[in-house]
Amino acid sequence: MSNSAEAGGTPARSLRERFPLLTLIFERFLLSLLLLFAVSVLIFAGVEALPGDFASTYLGQSATPETIANIRAELGLDRPVVTRYFDWLGGVVQGDFGTSWASRNSVSEQVGKRLGNSLFLASFAAIIAVPLAIGLGMLSVHFRDRMPDKIINVISLAAISLPEFFIGYLLILYFAVNFGIATFPATVYEGMGFLERIQTIALPTATLVLVVLAHMMRMTRAAILSVMSSAYMETAELKGLSSWRAIVKHAAPNALAPIINVVALNLAYLVVGVVVVEVVFVYPGMGQYMVDAVTVRDMPVVQACGLIFAAVYILLNMVADILAIVANPRLRHPR
Amino acid sequence: MRLREIPITAWIGLFGIALAIFCALFAPLIAPYGETEVVGGVWQVADGQFFFGLDNLGRDILSRLIYGTRTTLFVALAATVISFSLGIILSFIAAVSGGVIDTVFSRFNDLMMSIPTLIFALVVLAVLPQYLFVLILVMAVLDSTRVYRLGRAVALDVAVMEFVEAAKLRGEGKIWIIFREILPNTLSPLLAEFGLRFAFAILFLSTLSFLGLGIQPPTADWGGMVKDNKDGIIFGIPAALVPGSAIAALCICVNLVVDWLLKRTSSLKGGRGDA
Amino acid sequence: MPDTNLLSVRDLKIEATSYPPGEQPKRITIVDGVSFDLQKGKVLGLIGESGAGKSTIGLSALAYGRGGAEITGGEVKLDGTDILKLGKGGIRKLRGARICYVAQSAAAAFNPAHRLGDQVIEATVKHGLMSKQEARRRALYLFQVLGLPSPESFGDRFPHQVSGGQLQRAMTAMALCSNPDLIVFDEPTTALDVTTQIDVLAAIKQAIEETDTAALYITHDLAVVAQISDDIMVLRHGKTVEYGPVQQIIETPTQDYTRALVNVRQTAREEAADQSNPLLKVDNVSAEYSNGFKVLHGVSLHLCKGQTLAIVGESGSGKSTLARVITGLLPPSEGKITFEGKPLTPALKNRPRDDLRRIQLIYQMADTAMNPRQTVREIIGRPLTFYYGLRGAKKTARVKELLEQIEMGNGFIDRYPAELSGGQKQRVAIARALAAKPELILCDEPTSALDPLVAEGILKLLMKLQEEQQLSYVFITHDIAIVKAIADSVAVMHRGRLVRFGPKSQTLSPPFDDYTDLLLKSVPEMELGWLEKVLATRRMESAGN
Repeated sequence: MSNSAEAGGTPARSLRERFPLLTLIFERFLLSLLLLFAVSVLIFAGVEALPGDFASTYLGQSATPETIANIRAELGLDRPVVTRYFDWLGGVVQGDFGTSWASRNSVSEQVGKRLGNSLFLASFAAIIAVPLAIGLGMLSVHFRDRMPDKIINVISLAAISLPEFFIGYLLILYFAVNFGIATFPATVYEGMGFLERIQTIALPTATLVLVVLAHMMRMTRAAILSVMSSAYMETAELKGLSSWRAIVKHAAPNALAPIINVVALNLAYLVVGVVVVEVVFVYPGMGQYMVDAVTVRDMPVVQACGLIFAAVYILLNMVADILAIVANPRLRHPR
Repeated sequence: MRLREIPITAWIGLFGIALAIFCALFAPLIAPYGETEVVGGVWQVADGQFFFGLDNLGRDILSRLIYGTRTTLFVALAATVISFSLGIILSFIAAVSGGVIDTVFSRFNDLMMSIPTLIFALVVLAVLPQYLFVLILVMAVLDSTRVYRLGRAVALDVAVMEFVEAAKLRGEGKIWIIFREILPNTLSPLLAEFGLRFAFAILFLSTLSFLGLGIQPPTADWGGMVKDNKDGIIFGIPAALVPGSAIAALCICVNLVVDWLLKRTSSLKGGRGDA
Repeated sequence: MPDTNLLSVRDLKIEATSYPPGEQPKRITIVDGVSFDLQKGKVLGLIGESGAGKSTIGLSALAYGRGGAEITGGEVKLDGTDILKLGKGGIRKLRGARICYVAQSAAAAFNPAHRLGDQVIEATVKHGLMSKQEARRRALYLFQVLGLPSPESFGDRFPHQVSGGQLQRAMTAMALCSNPDLIVFDEPTTALDVTTQIDVLAAIKQAIEETDTAALYITHDLAVVAQISDDIMVLRHGKTVEYGPVQQIIETPTQDYTRALVNVRQTAREEAADQSNPLLKVDNVSAEYSNGFKVLHGVSLHLCKGQTLAIVGESGSGKSTLARVITGLLPPSEGKITFEGKPLTPALKNRPRDDLRRIQLIYQMADTAMNPRQTVREIIGRPLTFYYGLRGAKKTARVKELLEQIEMGNGFIDRYPAELSGGQKQRVAIARALAAKPELILCDEPTSALDPLVAEGILKLLMKLQEEQQLSYVFITHDIAIVKAIADSVAVMHRGRLVRFGPKSQTLSPPFDDYTDLLLKSVPEMELGWLEKVLATRRMESAGN
């Protein structure tokens, strides 16, 4: 304790001491960039270093030394690794992910179309899931250890045990096949009307919401409970404040940072959930694209999709951390 | 601990797990038909003879389900055991050593964790040859990052306790400190985490198989069975939902047991040790 | 005549349900049959060891049960109305308006997200007692009375921006803001350093007098409560031991327990005459943390065989750090340490096993110093195996012998630490140190977490062992009374520097340096009117300057 107090008194007040908030945010941003760079190396090197020659895989039965050499030259595999990495990275920075080995089409073009679809689906699910999860979490805290809380606990425990595809097919069987009130497969195309689009993605959205809801709700409950058990909440009660005021004025500002964290963590989870859901519903998004590419070992596509998924994930985590930093009064109001 | 204190939910969970293990061990004895044996028409509906009906190739779903228990349990368990050993050993070494070792391990772990597990697995499995041990290793290594994070946190909690310092002052070596001082005090949370990771491994394996990257046909496994029969759904044939339900049921059972373990851990706080 | 009483408590009974692991939940009684009266403007001190139920009684004046405690019997009357029967809405109107609470840890009790000023006036404004402007003026007045720095702008700060002593005063201001009839002070100075405590104590006393508020003052320190109370109630295990005017309790206690509390540690020991032949010599030692923060500045001192060196200082003075440097946990950045004339290896990991054996450490918290998963046999037995290779029956015999030495029977040999009381745990910790047959034992506040009577027993045990086995102690403490009782030589530390060192008689006699003077004067004495006397001296001194 006295340690930090005395350390604060050292003569040279650095940038960090004068603008702790800005410095921290900047540091967090740099860290994300660094991570992103490291991830790109990891993905590229992983693909390079692992066994299996793509040219021979690519040609299959018809491989002769000659054709393999040809194809290696054509795909640029005969150049040194480092050169190829920086070529690839240079392209990525400019939005060029190269050419698909399977279809010989531009990867970027496909990604451009599909990324929008995936983000649309994920954010639509998030818009529904986040308020619902926080609301249920609060409800659970309000009825802590009583019947509604116990019911929510058991149901959410069951829900986190269900695989995405199981929920998906269950919904398809009932809502699309048996009752005929939803569409399957969820095919969207350019120029589709907004309402029609939403109707089409109703089932995949519902699946994603169900997948992410239970996790988010359980974590929200834990976050709020830890705030509610702190000493200043007892102070609020002993001041004779109404429980409404205690929650809004005293609990909420402190619960904000942990809840933001919970939400971001689960949004990142959503990004991954989208892969399976897209395959189930034959939805033309990034997940579907990546899984298809993995099956035929179309490496430029796999690399591109892997990097983009990782980037979204890193970005979400960064936003969460920065919001949590901003929500911390100690950093907003330095000594 | 008396048996009567185990709540009913945990009993359900334990029973489910026991049933799965029983099926896995005695699959050839219980299963009415062979794993890959074609016994009738495609997607033949359930009747007295075929309890869950037949699948997309006319194989008995119940038999494949029982054989699938073997594959699914074995792969998930193997992956969890490896991932756990790896994660715990590395995290405890990091926690006890501190300094450079801790920093290097932890930064590398952060890097691994900055790529979503499924995405990482897709990238790696796209490159690696499709062998069973490769699949298990990939699952284990990816999952060990999560174990590492928890293991390090738990070990650090204990490692800063004064009785560990007292052991260091006595001159005890790292092995004694890890296995005699720290490990006994972290068993409960680690056991619960093992359950959680196992449930996750089942889900993860099923997902990979469902995407066609896990267990390769014709070996039966639950995720793969969903993939095989998914096309029937459009015709209202629920064959894909049977293995799906099995996955869900087993995971629920594991989670019920974990929930009980976690509650026991938290009620242990304030009891022996943390008072 | 109950009519003249502001607060009247009768036959209070408070229970809670505990959930021991692996057993059926059971009801435990925390407070049983406690009754007292409090007149307007008077202060009642509630005193007792931890677990005596004093905080629980204090909170019952707000009809509040902490952590599942329930008031199951008796009545708590405020101006003749039983507040336990008021219902939620009724009691809420009283809390923060007529009855206020000051918590032990103000740092945790203030909301980190709001400014202090807003929190201080919140209850007063929300209860409609004052307008926002009036409340702000009142807060400013209270900040002045409580001696807070720059009172005009103090309210604009956030809790993390002010010191612990200031927070405790701000909490008092918060309690006083609504002009309450009664304030419950729950150990308001316990978490503070002794030199800060006296200021806060004085501020609270002055504020209570100036506003004519009644108070329940809860503490474990009889000397503190003697300065501020009109009446005192001594509690033990949830029951009243003795209840009477402060003068009677301090000067003519009728119960043995109270007498023990008043007379604790009046057994002083003569210091050793010859202090010239050092066993341990610390020579110009400095130390810093890995982040470069310097915690010790050129400390030199020594200790002779069979003697006790007491190191006194407040938290952050570096006294515990010095012990860590001697053990090798934190190697010194400069200087050297010699033991029996030979230099000690600075870092722990390079130290020969026999050097480790000869210096043992006893911690403040015996709870965390012993592995909860090991039995007493394993805890005491490990050093026997580790240093002397004892096993089997020989080891058991030696463990039993050690248990005899610490005055505990063989029956404890297979118990876990959780099955021992606080004092027993500390005895086992001492036995573990003895098992190594050390020459020097570093005692890091071994009694400060214990109740006074238990602490006294531990001190006596340590003294007995010293005589029997020619042990040397480095005894780290913040308690001057202990220093007076057991030390041969004394070192006073402040902010990582050695302020004063020498034989006890010399160190604790004038002429003093400024810090030692302040420290010695700040320690509350079991004497009525001590606080006034100190404050008067201070005023004279500052007038003289």
